[in-house]
Amino acid sequence: MLLIKCPYCGVRDQTEFRCGGEASRARPDHPEHISDPDWAQYLFYRENPKGLLRERWVHRYGCGQWFIVSRDTVTHDILDSLPMGDLPPKGRDAP
Amino acid sequence: MQSYSAISLLRHALGGHRRWPPAWRSPVPKRHYDVVIVGAGGHGLATAYYLANRYGIRDVAVLEKGWLGGGNSGRNTQVCRSNYFYPESAAFYEHSLQLFESLSADLNFNIMFSPRGNLELSHGLEELEINRRWANAMTLNGIDSELLDREDIRRMVPILDLDCRFPIVGGFVQHRAGIARHDAVAWAYARAASASGVDIVQGCEVTGFESDDGRIRAVHTNQGSIGGDRFALCVAGNSSALAAQAGLQLPIESIALQAMVTEPIKPVLHTVIGSAVIHCYVSQSDRGEIVIGGGADPFHSYAQRGVLPTTRDNAAAVRELIPSFGRLRVMRQWAGVCDIAPDSSPVVGRTAIENLYVSTGWGTGGFKAIPAGGDTLAWTIAHAEPHPLLRPFSLDRFETGQLVDEGAAAGVAH
Ligand SMILES: Cc1cc2nc3c(=O)[nH]c(=O)nc-3n(C[C@H](O)[C@H](O)[C@H](O)COP(=O)(O)OP(=O)(O)OC[C@H]3O[C@@H](n4cnc5c(N)ncnc54)[C@H](O)[C@@H]3O)c2cc1C
Ligand SMILES: [Zn+2]
Repeated sequence: MLLIKCPYCGVRDQTEFRCGGEASRARPDHPEHISDPDWAQYLFYRENPKGLLRERWVHRYGCGQWFIVSRDTVTHDILDSLPMGDLPPKGRDAP
Repeated sequence: MQSYSAISLLRHALGGHRRWPPAWRSPVPKRHYDVVIVGAGGHGLATAYYLANRYGIRDVAVLEKGWLGGGNSGRNTQVCRSNYFYPESAAFYEHSLQLFESLSADLNFNIMFSPRGNLELSHGLEELEINRRWANAMTLNGIDSELLDREDIRRMVPILDLDCRFPIVGGFVQHRAGIARHDAVAWAYARAASASGVDIVQGCEVTGFESDDGRIRAVHTNQGSIGGDRFALCVAGNSSALAAQAGLQLPIESIALQAMVTEPIKPVLHTVIGSAVIHCYVSQSDRGEIVIGGGADPFHSYAQRGVLPTTRDNAAAVRELIPSFGRLRVMRQWAGVCDIAPDSSPVVGRTAIENLYVSTGWGTGGFKAIPAGGDTLAWTIAHAEPHPLLRPFSLDRFETGQLVDEGAAAGVAH
């Protein structure tokens, strides 16, 4: 069981939340102008890191807010939870 | 290779079973091979076996970081079936099921294939309609399926509670489906491959690649660098991490799938049962244990253990179907890291790197695929073009949009 900190409600059981996948994905601004490989890259390809992962979670059975969790995919340790929008730009290391 | 038979058993019995030779060699790796396969799970081992025995490529190594068969191939719930919805999947998994049917004889190793039937339950008229569509699709694909009503199911599995929370109104069965001993499948391929000259190197972890001109030249391992002409990654949940070392990204996510067994009891369950609505599948092993599987953990993970809420949900689901199992004690619970593709179908064949092949995306259902996965990947490597059965499962489907969306077609348990 993970204990996840919602930035708005505090620490709660994993079962109150739902995982929304990798946070680093950004929808291309003009999908109609990009190539099929680029579109496939956005839709289907994933970093799927072994180690630190920043992912979106939603407090589904709580406040309903989306936020960003930094979690280790091997140890399941949670390093921090940040409100949406506070994601450090890609490439910059987590605190 | 020492042949296994009633006579050899008798002969060794006279010697107190002290002189059985090891089932496979444990060689020191050479510096170079025609084909280097990473991962000695069922897929890596079967690929090596078919390369050596069907396609004439005997200079093959299989490198395994742990022990052979210690990954998902030794952690699964053993279900073998070909009851898939789409023609592409049906053709592939039917090839696999047919190979399973003669595998014990072909490999001279009892893999304990037991075609005891796979029963999918319908918990309501809407689901019965969907399942009827599924069963009819199978018939169109030339695969055996039989629709059942409530009375048929009551006769077939008397211990089911048909009036559970979502009452069972019918279902369908594939009689030729069943289970096989998972370890035995890995061991059988390992033994036969080793006897054909394949070097299986255990305790050999691949940590990186050496490449130039867009080709891989060698892999770095804890036993030195090992060169090769062609390379295949058969590393299940570790596919993304290893492919990243070769500069390749994959449409794969790693997720832990767990299972558990209860204490052994006398035979009460003679078939495999799956339920998409209650989300579980259950069978009884030859040792009498009740084998329980269900939903995967709800987040990405590279840890070979499952989280408790999922264990509880899966146990609760089986208890709902068969209340008497609620009195059994759970003996073991474990998990494996599965390689899930967006359409829940395998991703096998060539990559952007000319001499690098992948066998991944087997997800939560690749045990049943081991014979066909090995055969068709070996063919693909030998011919440098996709085997016809694998063409629909190439990486390029994510660009063309020609997905084989079995996840959407059939819901649970791939
Ligand atoms: C709990 C559970 C239940 C399942 N139930 C079923 C079922 O009922 N029916 C079904 O069809 N399928 C089932 N599956 C799925 C099935 O087990 C897998 O799809 C299948 O075993 C995959 O085989 P593989 O050879 O690709 O992978 P694995 O058997 O996992 O083999 C991969 C190997 O690669 C090795 N490896 C990884 N990284 C490296 C490296 N860097 N260097 C060297 N070696 C490396 C690993 O140690 C491992 O031995 C289940 C899976 C799980 C976890
Ligand atoms: Zn909240």
